[in-house]
Amino acid sequence: MAKQLWKGNEALAEAAVRAGLVAYFGYPITPQTELLEYLSGRMVRLGRAFLQAESELAAINMVYGAACTGVRTMTSSSSPGISLMQEGLSYMAASEVPVVLVDIMRGGPGLGNIQPSQADYFQVTKTSGHGDFRPLVLAPATVQEAVDLVYEAFDLAEQYRTIVIVVADGNIGQMMEPAEMPPMREINGDRPHWALVGADGRDHRIITSLELGAERLEALNLRLQRKIARVKREQVRWKEDKTDDAEILVVAFGTMGRISTTAAEMAWEKGIRAGVFRPISLFPFPAARLEELSQRVKRILVVEMNAGQMLEDVKLAVGKDYPVEFYGRMGGIVPLPDDVLEAVERVHTEL
Amino acid sequence: MGKVVEKLVYERPKSLTDAHTHYCPGCTHGVSHRLVAEALDELGIRERTIGIAPVGCSVLAYYYFNVDFAEAAHGRAPAMATGMKRANPDRVIFTYQGDGDLAAIGTGEIVHAAGRGENITVIFINNAIYGMTGGQMAPTTLEGQKTTSSPMGRDISIAGHPLKMSELLSTLDGAAYVVRHSLHDVKHIRRARKAILTAFKVQLAGLGFSMVELLSTCCTNWKMDPVESLDWLRDNMVPFYPLGEHKVIDAVKDL
Repeated sequence: MAKQLWKGNEALAEAAVRAGLVAYFGYPITPQTELLEYLSGRMVRLGRAFLQAESELAAINMVYGAACTGVRTMTSSSSPGISLMQEGLSYMAASEVPVVLVDIMRGGPGLGNIQPSQADYFQVTKTSGHGDFRPLVLAPATVQEAVDLVYEAFDLAEQYRTIVIVVADGNIGQMMEPAEMPPMREINGDRPHWALVGADGRDHRIITSLELGAERLEALNLRLQRKIARVKREQVRWKEDKTDDAEILVVAFGTMGRISTTAAEMAWEKGIRAGVFRPISLFPFPAARLEELSQRVKRILVVEMNAGQMLEDVKLAVGKDYPVEFYGRMGGIVPLPDDVLEAVERVHTEL
Repeated sequence: MGKVVEKLVYERPKSLTDAHTHYCPGCTHGVSHRLVAEALDELGIRERTIGIAPVGCSVLAYYYFNVDFAEAAHGRAPAMATGMKRANPDRVIFTYQGDGDLAAIGTGEIVHAAGRGENITVIFINNAIYGMTGGQMAPTTLEGQKTTSSPMGRDISIAGHPLKMSELLSTLDGAAYVVRHSLHDVKHIRRARKAILTAFKVQLAGLGFSMVELLSTCCTNWKMDPVESLDWLRDNMVPFYPLGEHKVIDAVKDL
């Protein structure tokens, strides 16, 4: 299929449809709303389930209900809405039902604003709800990558029976870019062995997040931890640019990864050898490769649209004695390549 | 000696398991469970039914119903049921919720499920108290009723008025069948049984939202014996929560 011009939010929606999405539940919130709007027509015309819920809380629990029956289901929201969905995420993590969530981040805290931001890093990778669980978190830098990741997200969610969060900022949701859509998949009518479909000719099945016995709840937690360990082994993803003979390594995800790549090109023109390391899986964080690269470069510069959230994972990866610099903007301000270049130059003068 | 003829007059419905329940002696949950199970058996729908348990005393209902079951977050059962039903319109979906679950933390979810005319069935257990957490005031606690969080009796000037959920939901256009019954004696239990059967028929006919509110007891937290509890229900709850059909659309009458 040829490339077409797609708006990020609509491209994400169409990719989910093509991945075999059976049921979508959501609530309007800028800058994510076009995703919901697109599906409100597309899903209904295809005879699939679409419902605008009364709140994000209801939306995530509708998704939970559909997920219990083993169909492909998802919701999407933006930062304050994701805060409301944390209850459902925690229950789904404990119940081990597969689900896909798209977060188009905006400025916070509180109502914040509707400009792009990356300040949900903690929320999606570390604090998605109460209890010990970690969703698989994927961060695209282009509309094409967003399409490819959400298309794959449903397979990953089912493979690990986990929550997969595709996290992008308002830039990716709102901008238009050429992207190629993946082929339309048939909806798989087979339901997994654990799904609730009615106890016909078999014992009744139960999906619950309640384990009253301490030992049984610990056993559930140990199983979840084994799964997380498996995800950490198998799903680490990143992209490198000009890292071979770089002296400064810029570490940035999503939109900032992309802007940093432009800044790095500008730096090379000025004789500064800057490479870019862009984590695609925010959880699992590509720590091992980053640690390896840190041995080759002299300095690491982390660039984010927040106060330094991924920065903590970078520092954990390279150790407390390694010189890690940070450049970040908040409030919905998107740094330009010139701004990042300036930060790179500042680090360079200190070498 | 003549031939002995065995005639089975009473047995466990197929829709119940043989598990012993954790409910207190005298609790009416057992009656409600049985009535729901009898309805599923009678309609022959057990094999395509999915139930949703609440947070509250009936949180473990999934062990007692021989039916596929999910456990919801507190108050969210109607949202979960919505997701299940929309993704599986050919399945029968019911929630089983107490008054704290449905009328306090889950008020938004139940109102919108009813408003949408969600084609699900809700069994609403109203015993005017939080049972599982040890007897706190519920949204349905009566004026003057003593609980662990209204020790001098529910004071309307502080806690406001009890919610009448059947009346409230019956104002919504999406509600097809909203009725209130009581479990305080056999006559009323038989009426409740018939209503639960009707509620599932409403869903099978695709007529929209159906709810059966069941006035129930909580001997332990009311601090009464089972017989006193039934009398207290009859003498105090029934006058405040009028029994009967609060909303029955015409199509239901034709069922």
